[in-house]
Amino acid sequence: MKILALDSSGMVASAAILENDTLVAEYTINHKKTHSQTLLPMIDTIAAMTGTELTSLDAIAVSAGPGSFTGLRIGSATAKGLGLALDKPLISVSTLEALAYNLYGVPGLICPVMDARRDQVYTAVYRFKDDRLETAVGPCAVPVDELLTILARYQEQVTFLGDGVPVYQKQIEEKKTFPVFYAPAHLSRQRAGAVAALAKQYFLEGRTETADEHKPDYLRLSQAERERAERERAEKERAEKEKAGV
Amino acid sequence: MKDILILGIETSCDETAASVVKNGRTVLSNIISSQIALHTLYGGVVPEIASRKHIEKINPVIRQALSEASVTLDDIDAVGVTYGPGLVGALLVGVAEAKAIAYAKKLPLVGVHHIEGHVSANYIEHPDLEPPFLCLIVSGGHTHLVIVKDYGVFEILGRTRDDAAGEAFDKVARAIGLGYPGGPKIDKVSKEGNADAIQFPKGKVADSPYDFSFSGVKSAVLNYLNSMNMQGKPVSQADVAASFQKSVVEVLVEHTMQAAGDFKMKKVAIAGGVASNSALRNAMEEACRKRGFSFYRPSPIFCTDNGAMIGAAAYYEFIKGTRHGWDLNAVPSLRLGERI
Repeated sequence: MKILALDSSGMVASAAILENDTLVAEYTINHKKTHSQTLLPMIDTIAAMTGTELTSLDAIAVSAGPGSFTGLRIGSATAKGLGLALDKPLISVSTLEALAYNLYGVPGLICPVMDARRDQVYTAVYRFKDDRLETAVGPCAVPVDELLTILARYQEQVTFLGDGVPVYQKQIEEKKTFPVFYAPAHLSRQRAGAVAALAKQYFLEGRTETADEHKPDYLRLSQAERERAERERAEKERAEKEKAGV
Repeated sequence: MKDILILGIETSCDETAASVVKNGRTVLSNIISSQIALHTLYGGVVPEIASRKHIEKINPVIRQALSEASVTLDDIDAVGVTYGPGLVGALLVGVAEAKAIAYAKKLPLVGVHHIEGHVSANYIEHPDLEPPFLCLIVSGGHTHLVIVKDYGVFEILGRTRDDAAGEAFDKVARAIGLGYPGGPKIDKVSKEGNADAIQFPKGKVADSPYDFSFSGVKSAVLNYLNSMNMQGKPVSQADVAASFQKSVVEVLVEHTMQAAGDFKMKKVAIAGGVASNSALRNAMEEACRKRGFSFYRPSPIFCTDNGAMIGAAAYYEFIKGTRHGWDLNAVPSLRLGERI
């Protein structure tokens, strides 16, 4: 079984090829150049260096979000184009779950935090149980303080990772009421190798989708939709008050 | 000679479009998924919503373009894609998709300038049209008067100094309560109005005979509406629309005719979304007829953003040897004639 995996959900661009239980290639860049310029050349490089014919792939896995909206779409459109051209299924992997999978087997809670701007992080809380990643708190966008309140209920050790760590480490250190660890540099960011390893599990469980139906999981509405929903809610409330004669 | 089939992909604004074009002129399919209804809710194109929609539509649109053309990707010779100008998030969907398809099928990739696409829409229905010719490109984002010296080679004579013509249509339509999209709505309601009812200024620029400026006309309309409102006088939506449209169309035609005379161009074409405006088409045709120029304009379906025009433009770039690498990026402010 052969899987090509991509992650362009954040600053990192990463591509990997997994063959059965072997990660035959992984190429990760954590630098400023846009994913549009790096991702496909990276795929091309690892495919060429490993002599991988794309037609021999069983599926294309992509880190589907949350993350940078544009970054997610570059990964998704690349995966969708490859899937369409090669007639292969896609595997959508949660970016947060793939990040947590970097810390396979680590005891206690694992908490990926991605800087979501607007004073929030994209986060979720996981733990490993019997070889499997178990979700304690599902993906959400919350302020770090709220996340720390949630984590405090468990009173367990927590290992943080992700690009939200350098942004919020000081705040975590000030407010923590439980033992805290931070993943080291080689495990702390998105890696397509982890996406590929998780995708293999998904694939064996039949959790694939067609290239046509795949879309990113943004976890957030666009600003325009959010503001429109707020406007409509406010108007509805006003109308109801008027109706009630207030 | 063997036929060359190009898959053309366009996602620069709010249309997800793909097409298969044979030898640059014969359209085998032209699929356009428009998002107008969605953006109408917001009074204009919302870039993030447009980008999200592109991702959902792109594969089905491409698949339909291939199946309506009765071909598979194995029959395609090259993939052409708009890489600028446009909304960056929207462009990136098409660019990433096109690159992945070309890479997976080992096909050449040809990045296309969106405006070069609009100009090339004229080749589709006019087999006799070949450069050199004069072309006026008018759309929601662009107003250019250019000499098309050769395929993909342009001499820009004039451009707008502020609002694009289509942008002015949208803004005026909003001001008189017609809503989005403004171009087609003003065109329609103008037919019931008196174009001489109100005198709006012309969008000329002193000392630049081929440049345009539409913000003044737009402001004049807004001032007129305000002043009528203050005086408590009724406003005829149709008269305002027709008078505004006349002012814009006149300056577009005058400058085009001036340039055609100055540069001895016997062939005049129009392109872009606003080129489907019936007043502009009629006025330009009439002006060309009077002067003995040949007049070319695409059918409305090729004036709006579409994949066929990208396929047509990509064909001429392809046979010239233009190729892009897997690092092709979206360039939101790509200039006409610029190669990146």
